[in-house]
This record gives sequence, structure tokens and C-alpha cells, in this order.
Amino acid sequence: MENYVAYLLILIKLVLILTMILTMAAYLVLAERKILGRMQLRHGPNRVGPFGVLQPLADLIKLICKEDFVPPHSNHLLFLLAPALSVITVLLIFAAIPFAPPLTVLGHEIPMVVCDLNVGVLFFIGLSSLSVYGVTFGGWASNSKYAMLGGIRATAQLISYELPMGLALVPLVLVSGSFSLTDIVNAQRVLPFAVTQPLAFGIFFICILAETKRTPFDLPEAENELVAGYHTEYSGLRFGMFFVGEYINMALLGSVTTVFFLGGWHGPFLPPIVWFLGKVLCLCFIFIWIRGTLPRFRYDQLMRFGWQVLIPLALLNLLITGGVLLWLRG
Amino acid sequence: MNLWRGIKGTILPFWVTLSNMLRKPVTVQYPEERRVLPERTRAQIVLTRSPDGEERCVACYLCSAACPVDCISMQAAEDQNGRRYAAWFRINFGRCIYCGLCAEACPTLAIQMTPHYEFCERQPLALVYEKEDLLIEDGGKDGDYNFYHHAGIGVVNPRGSNPDETAPEDVRSNLP
Ligand code: SF4
Ligand code: SF4
Repeated sequence: MENYVAYLLILIKLVLILTMILTMAAYLVLAERKILGRMQLRHGPNRVGPFGVLQPLADLIKLICKEDFVPPHSNHLLFLLAPALSVITVLLIFAAIPFAPPLTVLGHEIPMVVCDLNVGVLFFIGLSSLSVYGVTFGGWASNSKYAMLGGIRATAQLISYELPMGLALVPLVLVSGSFSLTDIVNAQRVLPFAVTQPLAFGIFFICILAETKRTPFDLPEAENELVAGYHTEYSGLRFGMFFVGEYINMALLGSVTTVFFLGGWHGPFLPPIVWFLGKVLCLCFIFIWIRGTLPRFRYDQLMRFGWQVLIPLALLNLLITGGVLLWLRG
Repeated sequence: MNLWRGIKGTILPFWVTLSNMLRKPVTVQYPEERRVLPERTRAQIVLTRSPDGEERCVACYLCSAACPVDCISMQAAEDQNGRRYAAWFRINFGRCIYCGLCAEACPTLAIQMTPHYEFCERQPLALVYEKEDLLIEDGGKDGDYNFYHHAGIGVVNPRGSNPDETAPEDVRSNLP
């Protein structure tokens, strides 16, 4: 009996989170188009429904109705696999993210996370490395020069920026003494890590911008150089998956930043879940704002910045944090 | 100094985009809002008439020759007193790029551009306009102009009787 209830609870949480995330991704697309439009003195989409709120639905119908084309000289298996990979890896990470403190219902404690892994940080880093495969396969299997170049750039960029991202997280683990995301959030009850670890926060933020493949790091899909980069050859729902995957990724990295650096659900007055969502949405707005403002890096600048600036800085930060902790606790 | 410039160049644009976001968009929302177009806007083409109500077009083929996309065709004809006119005159608006070269080439001011632009169709053939569709009962931009009062060899008035014309010279009488 107990077992069934537990399974049922997990199922309910999964469905809730999945619908929530997919809706959020769809509306992030709309929000991005609207906000970018306003920043360029345009209206953005405003034809479908009042203020264009039904635009995501219209886009979905359009994508479903498009021809699902597989280029004849592509590697079919990998071509079909790539979009799924890029979405699944991102969705899986959500399972480890705690949205709110545990709820107590009828004497039972229900954690507000699908599974509270004790190696949540590693799980996040591992899966975000796996998501590189989606992009690489997509670029390689399409058998087209633009996709290939986009794929190569994406692979190089994601791998280079994963290192400083991982390194920026190590100090947090040192301070909170745990790999579990819930523990990391609880360690920020007084002060969020963004305040106590500003350097790590800066590095992490830049790295997740690179991870989402958005400006100023959108070289893998630079429209004016590579048509659409690794998803040039995709059409219909498969393209839609890459596209939505990108926005899910945006929501995900917003949540992850909130958990790691902005104190998760901690905040005065308002209920925890509102704080969490508010922080995530603020971060998403900042992502969009950055996209509307900054131009794209050059490839060599991107690489030099990653390897010669971010990684040494992250290492330095790690060293200082370790030293201070040793001194405090020693 | 360079670093300062770099920092300023990174931070200031954020303020620019944010302040633009709070401004009113400049978009004209077409079907609901329509701009009042200037008189000389180049859109649908018409064939005009001279003040005496005659067709201005003399079927000289200049517009057809000037048209870069070859969308004007016609057949010239002549009436009893030698006045030329177009037996049929056809403009394919599906091909027209509204460049206005035809109107510029026309010696009689017959073919003119109007600002009316909302005449799209679902059937491409419906965009082929015949002479009846093109002719209007008006002089258009220069309503008082009458080609035959300035040129046109003895068709409407005898030669040399127009106000700004001198009678033809007898070449034998003005030898040195
Ligand atoms: S406007 Fe230009 S394209 Fe159109 S009929 Fe005249 S010359 Fe041809
Ligand atoms: S140029 Fe003018 S007068 Fe000549 S054929 Fe065209 S419309 Fe007629």
C-alpha cells in the first residue's frame, strides 16, 4: 500500500512538472519574441488570441503540419535520435531540482522534488555533458556543411565551457558539504551563494549562457554564417524538439542557477514556490535581455575567453575558498 | 583606459535596450491602422484621359519597352483622322514591380501611378487588367495636359495652329 502511494505521488509530480515545463518553454518562446520585439520598438506576435497568447499553439500546429524531411544521405538513426537526446537530457535534470521545501500532508512528508539525489550536482553536470551528443549527432548525421560546422562549434564550445561551470560549482559543494541540491539550497538560508561566492556566480552565469547556446555565445547556430547551425537540415516536429529543447534548457538553467546561487526557494514573506518561480523568471528575462543586447563573439575570442580567463579564475576561486574554509574550520 | 571602454561598452547597451522596451513601438498595425500614403506613391496603374475626354494613350509602345519585367502589352490601331489608339492594352499586375518606369516613359501622360495598393487576388489571372479596367474618366496628375495641343502632326488641329507651335517652315524659302 505504502509503495503504491509513493509511486502515485512520483507519477503525479512527474506529470505536473512535465506539463509545467513544457508550457513554460512554449511561453518562454512567446515572451522572448515579445520582449525582443519591444526592445526593437516592434510589437512582437499579437495576432493569435488576445495579445498573441495563443501563438505557441499556432506554432505547434504549424510545426506538426510541416513535412518531416530526412535528408537522403544522412545517417538516419543518428539523425532521428539527435533531437530526442537534446530534449531528454534536459528534461531528466529537472527530476533532481527541488522546487520548494518538503510539504507535510497527513503526517507524511512529501519532498517537492521528483528524486532527491545525494549526488544531484554530479547528475546535473553529467547530463549536461550528455546533451552535447544531441547537438554533435545532429550536426554530423545531417551530412551538410552548415550543420557540420555548427555541430563542431557546439561541441567545442560546450566542452570548453563545461569545465569552468563544473569548477565554479565545486566551492559550493565545499561550503555546503554535500552534493545534494536540497542541502545546497538549505545552506543558503541566510545568504545566497551569489553574495558569498560572487566570482563563482559570475563564472557560472557566463558558462550557462554558453550552455544554452544563446547570444553572445550562439556560434553553433549563428544564422548569418551557418543558416541555423546543427539543426539546419531538420524540419517539422524534429526541428521543434531542438527548438523547444533550447527553451527548456533556458528554464532549466534558470532553475539550476536559482538552486545553486540565488538561494532556491528561500525568501521573506511570500510562499517558497513563488520565490522559486519568480527567481527563475527573472533569470529568464535576463537571458532574453542579454540576447537583445549583446552581439556574438568571434570563435577565437570564445575559446580564449573560456580557456584562458574562466578556467584559471575558477581554479583561483576554488583555491581561495578551500583556503578560507580550512582556516575557518582548522 | 581600454578596459574602461570595454566595460562601458558592455554595460551601456543594456540600458539602451531596457529603455527602448519602455517606449511605444513604432509599428503601424496594418489592417487596423492605415497610413495616409503620399500622392506620388507608386501603386496601381491607370490610363487617363485628356480634358476633352479622349483617351490619352497613343499606343507608342514606349511604356512597354521601358518596363523592366515586360508586363505591358498592347496592339496599336489608327482611327479615320489618323489618331492612334490602343486596340487592346493589357497590364499584368502579377508581374508589375511598381517601378514607375512606364509612367516616366509615357509622352502623353496617359499611363500614371496611383497610391491605391489594396487589390490583391487569389487567382493570378485576376491580376491581368485589360484596357477597360485601366481606363479612368479623369486626367490624373496633370489634368489640363492635352498631348495633341502641343504635338501630334495635324490630327486634332491643323499643323502649326496650336498656341505654342509655329507654322511649318517652307524649306525652299529659307535658303541663305
Ligand atoms: S511600374 Fe514598372 S513594372 Fe509596372 S508596368 Fe510600369 S514599368 Fe512595368
Ligand atoms: S507610353 Fe503612354 S502613350 Fe505610349 S503606349 Fe504607353 S501609355 Fe500609351
